[in-house]
Amino acid sequence: MDTAPNFILTPLAPLAPELLLICLGLLLVVVDLFLGEKRHILPWLAALGTLTGLFLLGNGSGHFSDGLFGGMYILDAYSLFFKVICLIGVLFTVMLSVRYLDTEKMHQGEYYSLLVFAAVGMMVMVSAADMIVLYLGLELMALSVYCLVGLLKSDSRSNEAALKYFLMGAFSSGILLYGISLIYGMTGTTDLQLISQRLTELNLADNTLLFIALGMVLIAFSFKVAAAPFHMWAPDAYEGAPTPITAFMSVGPKAASFAVLGRILLSGFPELHVHWGPLIAGIALLTMATGNILAISQTNIKRMLAYSSIAHAGFALLGILATSNEGVSAIMNYMLIYAFMNMGAFAIIIMLNNRERRGEQLKDYRGLAQTNPVAAALMLIFMFSLTGIPPTAGFIGKFYLFLAAMNAGYTGTVIAAVILSAVSAYYYLRVVRYMYMYDSEKGEAVAMSPSLTAALIFAVIGVIGLGVAPGWVLEMASQSLPALAQ
Amino acid sequence: MPGNYLPSEYTAVLVMLIFGLIFGGMTLWIGRFFRLRRPYAEKLTAYESGNPPSKSPRFPFSVKFYLVAILFVVFDVEAIFLYPWAVVYDDLGSFALIEMTIFIGLLLVGYIYAWKKGALKWDR
Repeated sequence: MDTAPNFILTPLAPLAPELLLICLGLLLVVVDLFLGEKRHILPWLAALGTLTGLFLLGNGSGHFSDGLFGGMYILDAYSLFFKVICLIGVLFTVMLSVRYLDTEKMHQGEYYSLLVFAAVGMMVMVSAADMIVLYLGLELMALSVYCLVGLLKSDSRSNEAALKYFLMGAFSSGILLYGISLIYGMTGTTDLQLISQRLTELNLADNTLLFIALGMVLIAFSFKVAAAPFHMWAPDAYEGAPTPITAFMSVGPKAASFAVLGRILLSGFPELHVHWGPLIAGIALLTMATGNILAISQTNIKRMLAYSSIAHAGFALLGILATSNEGVSAIMNYMLIYAFMNMGAFAIIIMLNNRERRGEQLKDYRGLAQTNPVAAALMLIFMFSLTGIPPTAGFIGKFYLFLAAMNAGYTGTVIAAVILSAVSAYYYLRVVRYMYMYDSEKGEAVAMSPSLTAALIFAVIGVIGLGVAPGWVLEMASQSLPALAQ
Repeated sequence: MPGNYLPSEYTAVLVMLIFGLIFGGMTLWIGRFFRLRRPYAEKLTAYESGNPPSKSPRFPFSVKFYLVAILFVVFDVEAIFLYPWAVVYDDLGSFALIEMTIFIGLLLVGYIYAWKKGALKWDR
C-alpha cells in the first residue's frame, strides 16, 4: 500500500445507517434477554430501526464519499440504491415474520437481530471498494442467514436446509478467498480501483492465472446468487427455511451479491470483458434454462419459487453481460421490482400457512378464488408480474434487461431468454389455474394480521406502481452510475 | 516485471519444504535397515501400561464441550488482542481507548447473551 490509511480521521457520520443498524442488532439481542413474555415488541423495534435506517440513508444521499477508511469503503448512489433494496427486503421480512413466527411457535429472539446483522453485512458488501471489506460483509451476511435458515430447530427440513446452505456457502467463500488471494498475488492490492490500474500497467490482461483467479471469484458469486451450475443448494435451502427467510434470501442477499458482482466486474476488471463476457453469457443461459425448466415439475410452491429465483438470477445476469450503464441500471431496477413481487408472493404463502405447512403445496391453492378472492387476486398479480405480463412491474424489469443485452449485441442470448421467459408462464400461471379453475376441497378461512396486510399492500403498490410508472427508478439508477463506471 | 507473479524470494522456502519432506521420508526409510523388529501380541496392544480400550472413541459427546470451547476461543482472542493494543497505546492515544472500549463493549454483549442463555452453566 502506498500510504498508510488514516483510520483515525475517518468521519463516522456518513456511516450513520450502518452504525445505527449494528446498534439495533445488539439492542435486539439484549432486549430479548430481559423481556421475557413481552417479546412481541421485538418486530416493532426491528421495523422502527430499519425505517430509521432508510431515513438516514435518504438523509445522507447528498454526501457521497469515495474514500472512507483509506478508500476501502465507498458511499455512492450505486451502493445507496442497493442498500435501500436490502432494507426494504428486511422491512418486508419483518412484516411477514410476525404471524409466521406465532404459527410456527418460533420464539427465538435472535431472529430479528440476525436479520438486522444480515442487513448490515449486505450494506458493507455493496459499499466495499476493497476485496477484504467485501469478504467481511459477505461473511457477516452469510453467517447470519445460515443461522436464520436453521432456526426452525424441531423441523428436520430446516436443519437439512441450513446444513446444505452452510456447507455450500462455506465452500464458495473458500473459493472466493482463493480467487482474491491469487488476484492479490498478481496485482499486489485488494483495492478494486488499483486492481484495474495494475492490470493495465502490468499488462496482465491475457494472463492465464488471472483468468483462473477471476473464474474463482465468478464461481463464488454464482454460488451466492444461485446461478447454474452452482444452484444445487438453492431449492433445498429455500424449501426448508422458514418462509419469511426464504423470501428474504431471494431478495436481500441476491441483490447484494449482484451489486458486488457488478462492482467487481465493471470497476475492477472492465478490461477483461473478453474473458468474462462469454462465461457470464454461458452461466446466464444455463441458469435461465435450468431454473425455468426444472420449475415446471415442482409441486411445492416454495421449491417452485426457488427455481423461479434461479431463473430470475439468470435474467439479471444479462444486465451484467451488457457491460453498460444501461445494463447495470436495468439490474438495479429489476432487483427492486423483484423484491416487491417476490415478497408479495411469499406474503400470500405465509398467509395460507398454518402449523401443518399448509400453503406450501400447489394443491393448497385449489379454489382460493372462491374462499378468499382478494388473496387470489393478489397472487394473480404477483404471478403475472413474475411471468412478466405488461401492466405489472415484472414486464418493465425484464424489458429493460433484455433491451440492454440487445443493445450490447447479445441478440442470440436475448432470444433464448425470451423463449425461456415464455416457458416460465407455464408454471406461474399454473398457480393461477389452481386458484381460479378448481374447486376448493375444504373452505378454510385464512387468518390475517395487520403487518401481513401492510406487507401485501406495499407489495401490490410496488408491483403495479413500478409497472405503470417505471421511469423514475430507472432515472435514479442511471444517475447513480457514472460513479461506478469510471 | 510484466506478468511476473512468481514470488522468487520464496524459492528458498519451497526448497526447504521439499528438502524437509525428502529428509523425513529418508530417515524413516533408512531406519528399517537398522532397527530391531520383534513383534509379539503383548507389545502390539495400544497402551502397554494402561487399560485396554473398551469401546470406540467415536461416540457423540455433549455439545456443551463445543460451546465452552468456542466461548474460550472468543475471549482468548480478546485477551490476545489486548497485548498489541497495549504496546501501541502510547502512539494512538485516546483513539485506541475508544476503539478498545467499543470492541470490549461488543464482546460484553456477547458475554451477557451467553450468560443469560445459560451457556456458562454446565448442569442445566
